[in-house]
Amino acid sequence: MAMTFQGRVVAPGEVKAEALVSHGGFNTLASFQMALMFGDKQVKCGDQNNPDLYKKPMLGKALCLPETIGSTTGGMVLYTACALGKQPACMLFSKPIDSLAASGAILAANWTDSNMPVIDKLGEEFLSYVKDGMTVTVGADGIVTVE
Amino acid sequence: MNLTKEQQSLLDGSKGETMAKVVKTLVMYGEAFDAERMVPVAEGFGHTVISFGIGVMTPVYDLYEKLLSAGAVSGQKFTADPRPLDKNVPSSLLKDIVFRVMYSQQERYEEQLRKFGLRGENDYTCACYLPQVGNVPKRGDILSWAESSAVVYANSVLGARCNRNSGIIELMGSIAGFVPEFGLLTDDGRKADYVVEVKTSQKPEAQLLGSAVGMKVLEKVPYIKGLDQWIGTELNESATAYLKDFGAATASNGSVGLYHIEALTPEAKDLGDSLIRPDAQVYVIDDAELERVKNSYPCIWKDMDATPKLCFMGCPHMSLGQLAEWTDRVAAALQENGHGKVVIPTVFTSAPAVIEEFKKTERYQKLMDCGVVLSYICPLMYMNNPLAKKMPVITSSNKLRTYTSARFYSDDEILKFITGGTN
Repeated sequence: MAMTFQGRVVAPGEVKAEALVSHGGFNTLASFQMALMFGDKQVKCGDQNNPDLYKKPMLGKALCLPETIGSTTGGMVLYTACALGKQPACMLFSKPIDSLAASGAILAANWTDSNMPVIDKLGEEFLSYVKDGMTVTVGADGIVTVE
Repeated sequence: MNLTKEQQSLLDGSKGETMAKVVKTLVMYGEAFDAERMVPVAEGFGHTVISFGIGVMTPVYDLYEKLLSAGAVSGQKFTADPRPLDKNVPSSLLKDIVFRVMYSQQERYEEQLRKFGLRGENDYTCACYLPQVGNVPKRGDILSWAESSAVVYANSVLGARCNRNSGIIELMGSIAGFVPEFGLLTDDGRKADYVVEVKTSQKPEAQLLGSAVGMKVLEKVPYIKGLDQWIGTELNESATAYLKDFGAATASNGSVGLYHIEALTPEAKDLGDSLIRPDAQVYVIDDAELERVKNSYPCIWKDMDATPKLCFMGCPHMSLGQLAEWTDRVAAALQENGHGKVVIPTVFTSAPAVIEEFKKTERYQKLMDCGVVLSYICPLMYMNNPLAKKMPVITSSNKLRTYTSARFYSDDEILKFITGGTN
């Protein structure tokens, strides 16, 4: 059964992708640093403290998360991932977006040619419902459909 | 967002397309948080989290080249995070080759920093607020900083106002000279969402307590009660060093940008319980909770019984007082354990300016006699080397543990390891 969730558009765009779900805070630096540094083609998550994502490929996935945590290099790391074409298909936040993720999304939208829609405020129900492997469709109006 | 005429003019391109894009980025950043206006950054110094010239980060340096070409330099001088390389830190031929490849952009990037307005050649440290470094904002100053441990310290201990800005955005704030007003820049954003009650039987280790708080409250503002009985009610060298390490752990294990310590930090001293929101949640931390948190840390060593080959202390960089205290502790433990020098290669890291001051004291030679390496390096940058990642490295830094394969031990455990005591 398809469920829809209304969020707020932080970085616009439309996309359809497979869900990858982190129930805990997503540590951007810890997740991306090794994959970016050593050219991991699948961009596997390197954060050993995140049991939901550790070692799972993030490239092209609909990354569903509550918020990002950790180092203030986070936005720069996200910007770099986007500039190199190593980003998730989209980032879908259950909570209001945090300052680091917002920085990364806005830097990418303004200073790269990448397309990574970012939606926030999707609510706790969104994160409870969506599971790894489900198909997620992001509309330009911030409506996210999960099936 | 309501922009002043001057800000609107910049956005409209009066100083060129690149500057307009910088302002547009800051406007979008503010709009994501419903900011209504921009506020000027305080006179004084900025701080940037990006201090490393990693090959893969070329898009960042290309972007910076674009800014420099357009004359978009920082309106204020600034300090930067620690350098990633120091030949004094134990390494190997192979590791050195990997380091050279990894940090292939270092010279290019340091030249960019000079052009942007780096304060001085030795201004590379994550603890820029230490008195010897001298980037110490005043209470109420609006900052455009990044570096999670520095931001949380500036907000909490100094009472300055800074959001958890990302690298690049912080430089853009310094270039424009203003930042969007939201979050920790506002009175409301500085109110506490959590009350943390410390009920331990002894002084909790700063990095462990900070980790527990960070993992629980994530980005929320905690108001800590019961800690003043262990660290006092004065912001002296000992208390500020404790808060430096505590804050770094809250920021890296969670995303705390501000904490209040009852009867100690400036806003808690002035405003007390009125800082706490009526619906604040309560988190009690006792001995069992700290033990639970410590035991929850994953370790990705292949051989869990491996003998440590390197120890890093000083993430964030150690204060002058911490260097002195640890020198005495190591020397005394070595004597007690019948060793002349540390039995595991050990690196203490601190700011270049602090190291210079420490070298003027008698303890410097004492530390050298113990066989400890004193470096300005960023241990995290060292550990990014995949050959280092494979090594069994130990630390009492919860930040280093979070981002690398380094294994966390308490200060007492670390002391036993490096001085050949019984663990």
